[in-house]
Amino acid sequence: MDWFDSWALTLAVFLPLVGGAVIALWPREDETGMKVIALLTTLVTLAVGVGILFQFDYGASDLLQLEVNRSWIDAINSNYHIGVDGISLPMLVLSMFITVLCVIYSWDHFPEPHNPKSFLMLMLILEVGMNGTFVAQDLILFFVFFELVLLPMYFMIGVWGGPNRQYASIKFFLYTLFGSALMILSFLALYFKGGETFDIPTLIAQGGIASHATELWIFGGLFMGFAIKVPMFPFHTWLPDAHTEAPTVGSVILAAILLKLGTYGFIRIAIPILPEAAMSWAPWIGGLAVVGIIYGAFGCLAQRDMKRLIAFSSVAHMGFVMLGISTLTSYGINAAVFGMVAHGLITGMLFFLAGSIQHRFHTRELARLGGLLVQAPRLGWILGFCAMASLGLPGLAGFWGEFPAILAAYSPAEGLSEALFRTYMVIASVGTVFAAGYLLWMYQRTAFGVPKEEFEHIHDVHGGEWLAWAPILALIVVLGVYPALLFDVTSDAVDSVTTAFRAVGH
Amino acid sequence: MTPYFDYHALAPEFVLTGVLVVVLLVDLIVDETRKYLVTQLAGVGLLAAMVPILTLVAAGDFPRSMFGGAYVVDEFALLVKGLFIVSGYVVLLMSSDYIAAGDYHEGEYSFLLLSSILGMVVISSSRDFIGIFVALELLSIPAYMLAGWRKRDLKSNEASLKYYLLGVLTSGVMLYGMSLIYGATGSTLLRAIRTAVDGAAGKEPIIAIGIFFVIVAFAFKVSAVPFHFWAPDTYEGAPTPITAFLSVASKAAGFVALMQLVYVGFLGREDIVQPMFWVLAVLTMTVGNLIALRQTNVVRLLAYSSIAQAGFILVPFAVAGSNARAIQSGQTAILVYLMIYAAMNLGAFGIVIAVARKTRSGEISSYGGLGSYAPGLAWTMTAFLFALAGIPPLGGWFAKFYIFRAAIDAGGGWAVALAVVAGVNSVIALFYYANIAREMWMNPVPDGDTTPVRVPPALTASLAICVVVVVAIGVYPQAFARLGELASLVR
Repeated sequence: MDWFDSWALTLAVFLPLVGGAVIALWPREDETGMKVIALLTTLVTLAVGVGILFQFDYGASDLLQLEVNRSWIDAINSNYHIGVDGISLPMLVLSMFITVLCVIYSWDHFPEPHNPKSFLMLMLILEVGMNGTFVAQDLILFFVFFELVLLPMYFMIGVWGGPNRQYASIKFFLYTLFGSALMILSFLALYFKGGETFDIPTLIAQGGIASHATELWIFGGLFMGFAIKVPMFPFHTWLPDAHTEAPTVGSVILAAILLKLGTYGFIRIAIPILPEAAMSWAPWIGGLAVVGIIYGAFGCLAQRDMKRLIAFSSVAHMGFVMLGISTLTSYGINAAVFGMVAHGLITGMLFFLAGSIQHRFHTRELARLGGLLVQAPRLGWILGFCAMASLGLPGLAGFWGEFPAILAAYSPAEGLSEALFRTYMVIASVGTVFAAGYLLWMYQRTAFGVPKEEFEHIHDVHGGEWLAWAPILALIVVLGVYPALLFDVTSDAVDSVTTAFRAVGH
Repeated sequence: MTPYFDYHALAPEFVLTGVLVVVLLVDLIVDETRKYLVTQLAGVGLLAAMVPILTLVAAGDFPRSMFGGAYVVDEFALLVKGLFIVSGYVVLLMSSDYIAAGDYHEGEYSFLLLSSILGMVVISSSRDFIGIFVALELLSIPAYMLAGWRKRDLKSNEASLKYYLLGVLTSGVMLYGMSLIYGATGSTLLRAIRTAVDGAAGKEPIIAIGIFFVIVAFAFKVSAVPFHFWAPDTYEGAPTPITAFLSVASKAAGFVALMQLVYVGFLGREDIVQPMFWVLAVLTMTVGNLIALRQTNVVRLLAYSSIAQAGFILVPFAVAGSNARAIQSGQTAILVYLMIYAAMNLGAFGIVIAVARKTRSGEISSYGGLGSYAPGLAWTMTAFLFALAGIPPLGGWFAKFYIFRAAIDAGGGWAVALAVVAGVNSVIALFYYANIAREMWMNPVPDGDTTPVRVPPALTASLAICVVVVVAIGVYPQAFARLGELASLVR
């Protein structure tokens, strides 16, 4: 399968673009045709992804596979260098998987002002950016893909979003652009200090780039770029607005994939290239992460809007992921990658549910909802299931992101203060209690009680929704029961990231 | 002794001069109803001038130097000549229907536009104070008249008068500075000045004053803050195609002259040049952007945005003398930026012209709902706007990237600080560019009139050229990067 080896990733990235181009040329009247094209494109892309899953050599998941390295912009020594290893593979497949489900879900859920043509095109362009970011092995290529997602998401929120959409969309755009402006400066500094190359594996192989002081600054620029995307406290304020105003599918993609671009950037670029600077930054990152956990939880408890509540819960959950990363141990980063996938599935699913509830009740106000279990029992049970998964119930996927991350903080990498990280551990554990609190509170307000009189004829889950949701629900259970499925893929690759930090007590 | 003439090297200038004369004569004999022939002739003439440029590139053998080094044709000169001619051609395409519809003097318009382009072509090769000054006047004086072309419109009169008065003041300041430098160095040749500036004469304070005045004069020309105040009024009042021309070609001519002055003439005194440009760059980016945030008229907004964009182009000058590599990457950055900026800014003005055909307005609010009734125009405008903002995968990101690269390459705290200021400014700029996009896609049509916009073929062609360049460069920047790298100035 030589042909597949050299073309699989390129196909995975650019097939959606081809589909988008076809939709652009398709007659505006034939909506079904366009939906079919979008579905086929994403399905074929996913098929390529499944092909990659089969072709991937799991024994060597720490090595880049299906690599392609061609010259792209010679003038700045930037190459079209793509490849997957154990860390990027799950993210890549997750991104393909979620996009398919988003197309299925939006089949008859197109928000106002309708216009499925543009909506589907934007969705496909988003997929190009997301898939591309996860396979890019060149800083400039990474940057271009990383930025490519901004425009489609800006329009998705701004055109199809809720009442406050214009404010939310520009806020999202400005925040992330600010981060990436500093990020690109750091990329350039890496280039000039690191022997004039943008190649990520080459930079990593050097094991340190410049003097410690310079590295700290460079890491600072990268931190701004990635931390805003995650988003970490105190850069999170764009997130609740963007999530609340975005159309359902936009929220799902935002939560499931876009936030992971930030954490992925830390694991792929910032930490392995600048291990010593990462060491100095780690206590601060860990601190912000636990502040985010607690702050996100309190934020949730103060919400009246269901979608906004889920958005704040994202801040808390991404805090766990960042805490795992900040320990700089294999254990913690494995947990972080697992947390990324689990959060993608669970929170993505919660946003689907919030969208469907709004579709039925025309409100997301927690005070007005209630009695979902009576009116639409299946919907209510699914919501309960996802709330349990989200609060980290053992046996479901969320647990394996949260619990090991907390455990990793018990013994951070050698050189980090154990006392400090154990404090973080305690705070994070308290955070899980809050998480149970706000999720159960939300569930209680929406699902329990007597149905309100103002809402009649609420439909239960219908065919399209089952089709979009069943795969996610199944995966949440499968990963929860058998987490080794994912840990086996990531652990070797994570080990190669953390070779610079010898873990204590393992 | 007769001076040496390299006729091949001078062929673009000769062709343009010939076309000028023919255009003027043909304008006299064709009758009023067929004036469009003159415009078409001018367009063909411009394309004809590209032919010797291409043959010169094919012939190689650079630099071709004449008149003791006062007039040099090298890769740099050919590249910017090509840039001027192509952007002049795009402006001509944009103007043809605009000028015909407004019942203006079509023949004379083409003639003046060609004269100005000739001045730009000459300035690209001038490595001598006198050559630079004469070429600058040749490109400016027709532009003063073109700015006032809508002569029954008070704003256009104001535009022309302000531009003229400031232009004359600029010339005076520049000549004064040049005379000081000439007095101290005894030469008007840039290369001789460089030798002198590098040596003992360079320490004379009079040289410092001279350099200061010359740079200030060009700061007026490229509308750098605090010498920018003429630009928005002139841009708003002038006919829109001329605004496009001024903000792209005329500004680029100023930068081309600055490059030759700074990189060839003044390099020995970076202690004056660098701080001046550092301050100019920071002020120009920041003030231009902040004022642009408050604009409600799209032409004024683009005027201030073009001021801010000029601030980005000033960044490499601020690190001009740091080291040999920074000189090289700085020049490449400026050239790449000028080329990409030309495509995206001309394109944005092209859309303004097209939309104004229907709405008869330049207010940003008149763009409401454009996406619903003219999706083609709205998509194209969106591409230009986000290219200007520097969002991948549209061309502008690469231009900005090169500017950042030049600054980081030079290294040092001041250079990095400048790069950070530039980075923050690119975020501010996004706000007002996105504001127009927001109006087009997210707001309703203000007067409910959704008749489609009719775009004449010439304008469509010009927009197509710009959008292809903007997208192609964004995805595969290698082509322009190569051009920019080859064309570094010979010192």
